Amino acid sequence: MLKYIIKKIILMIPVLIGLTIIIFLILHLAPGDPVDLIVGPNATPEVYENIRRDLGLDKPLLTQYMVFVGKLLKGDLGDSILQRRPVMDMIIQRFPITLEVGVWALILSFVIAIPTGILAAVNRNSTLDYAAMTFALVGVSMPTFFLGLLLLYFFAFRLGWFPVSGYGTWRHLILPVIAIGVTDAAVTARMVRSSMLEVIGQDYVRTARAKGLDENKVINKHALKNALIPIITLLGMRMGWIMGGSVILEIVFNRPGIGRLMVDAIFSRDYPVVQGSMLLLTASILLGNLIADILYAVADPRIKY
Amino acid sequence: MKNYVLEVKNLSTSFHSGKKEIPAVENLSFSILEGETLGIVGESGSGKSVTALSIMRLIPNPPGEIIGGEILYKDSDLLKISDDKIRQIRGNSISMIFQEPMTSLNPVYTIGNQLSEALILHKNLSKKEAMAKSLEMLISVGVPLAEKRLRQYPHQLSGGMRQRVMIAMALSCEPDILIADEPTTALDVTIQAQILNLIKEMKDRMGTAVLLITHDMGVIAEVADRVLVMYCGRAVEYADARTLFKTPKHPYTVGLLESIPNIEGEKKELHSIRGSVPTPGQITEGCRFKTRCDFVMDKCITLEPPIFDVGESKVRCWKYE
Repeated sequence: MLKYIIKKIILMIPVLIGLTIIIFLILHLAPGDPVDLIVGPNATPEVYENIRRDLGLDKPLLTQYMVFVGKLLKGDLGDSILQRRPVMDMIIQRFPITLEVGVWALILSFVIAIPTGILAAVNRNSTLDYAAMTFALVGVSMPTFFLGLLLLYFFAFRLGWFPVSGYGTWRHLILPVIAIGVTDAAVTARMVRSSMLEVIGQDYVRTARAKGLDENKVINKHALKNALIPIITLLGMRMGWIMGGSVILEIVFNRPGIGRLMVDAIFSRDYPVVQGSMLLLTASILLGNLIADILYAVADPRIKY
Repeated sequence: MKNYVLEVKNLSTSFHSGKKEIPAVENLSFSILEGETLGIVGESGSGKSVTALSIMRLIPNPPGEIIGGEILYKDSDLLKISDDKIRQIRGNSISMIFQEPMTSLNPVYTIGNQLSEALILHKNLSKKEAMAKSLEMLISVGVPLAEKRLRQYPHQLSGGMRQRVMIAMALSCEPDILIADEPTTALDVTIQAQILNLIKEMKDRMGTAVLLITHDMGVIAEVADRVLVMYCGRAVEYADARTLFKTPKHPYTVGLLESIPNIEGEKKELHSIRGSVPTPGQITEGCRFKTRCDFVMDKCITLEPPIFDVGESKVRCWKYE
């Protein structure tokens, strides 16, 4: 098992190298000049050149990349051009704000989706099934930010139960967590249902019934573990998206998280901050995949490692 | 005189397809004596498996439904008892093994886990006792390295081994009746013989009655005491094995027996019954076999024959009126 995990981690290294190259290049090849933004339109060419040199933007691209990677290995993501402070500090400060919403939303979505999907599959074509799948269809079709706005309007603005914006207490968490969790649950519930339906028709489920086990045990022991194997992929993907999926929500709810940080940095061409937050995002997706791979091996004995 | 351990009377099972009701088994009656092997033989689609699943009350509903009849086991009608009661019988007093050993075991649980489950459930054994009994069962069905197998997963075993595990699982609670639905069809020939011998041996040792379902007359000849021949959801001939093989009565039985390749004598073209089994619901009047029968009479077209007693056989054919 340890060997399998190490193998998976080693396989991630080339992907990480590719990622740093792409993230580095996209921003340097994109139009727009951060120096212009800093110095303003009336600066003299000398001032412009000085700042350009300070930021290391005058050096060849390859040198800039090597410097970037070299610092990265030391945990240094450079300094923000605009704020003049280490990007790492900024990320560490913003990271928990995004993480808490993401983790709770992920938990909420699975807590809703797994029982809903199972009940819908077990009671196929019943009213319950139709109700669950209608909910899922609405959830899949509704953009997260729209649900977020609706929640804000009714529960924060009209009823005043929750704060409209900001962060820090559990009351700030509820609405964004519901907005993300419910829309995610819709997708997951549909997958759980179809996966469960497939498993219920399998021979080994009939064997379990032929043993005399009650339906509860047949479904929750014999069918569920098999049905959840494909759901693990989804879980891995969602884990990665905890960081990225909340960009728009952070704007709707005005939460200063990683998504917010990244969007602001893109608009102000603050290269190091964009690079740092994008790296964090992609790394978290990789980490999500790694966790999914490990969970796969735990859940399905047929996977060799 | 031996007693009946199971009596099936006028069993009818149908499947609903849209608004149509398609009968899979109609008015089927037979019985199993204590400790005997009853073979049910017939082509694909003749209702053999539906019969077996009806006894276990495992017909998927919807679309299937048992619409009539009685299945008597120990003074109670299995079709009338509660779901809880039938669960106490399944895997305990009546157990079943299936055609597909490759897919009949759950891929994510160990052999030991799956074997001990029925024992824990029906015999109130502790986990440890159940494991010990499981090990004993694996050894008795001839699984080598049984102790290691208990901790393995189904994909680590061959098809023949998995069928042995299925048999061990089915017999672990010492049932009165073992229903074996095409237990050897998915296995290669040498393994088939081993599995048949195993079923025979276990039956003799434990006194279990066996309901063996197959399309293979050779398998029937090997193990069955009495035989029920089914065609299109109906019993067409019902006799003890010796009588059936010596003097087959129904034209369908005769056809089936002639279709067995013979290694002695000159090689001729292999006999086959012309035509194919009508799809359920296709023939609604007269004898179901009329389209393929060489002896078809006017009467057969419109009137379905009842069952006639001919010597020691029961035959559903106007020839024996």
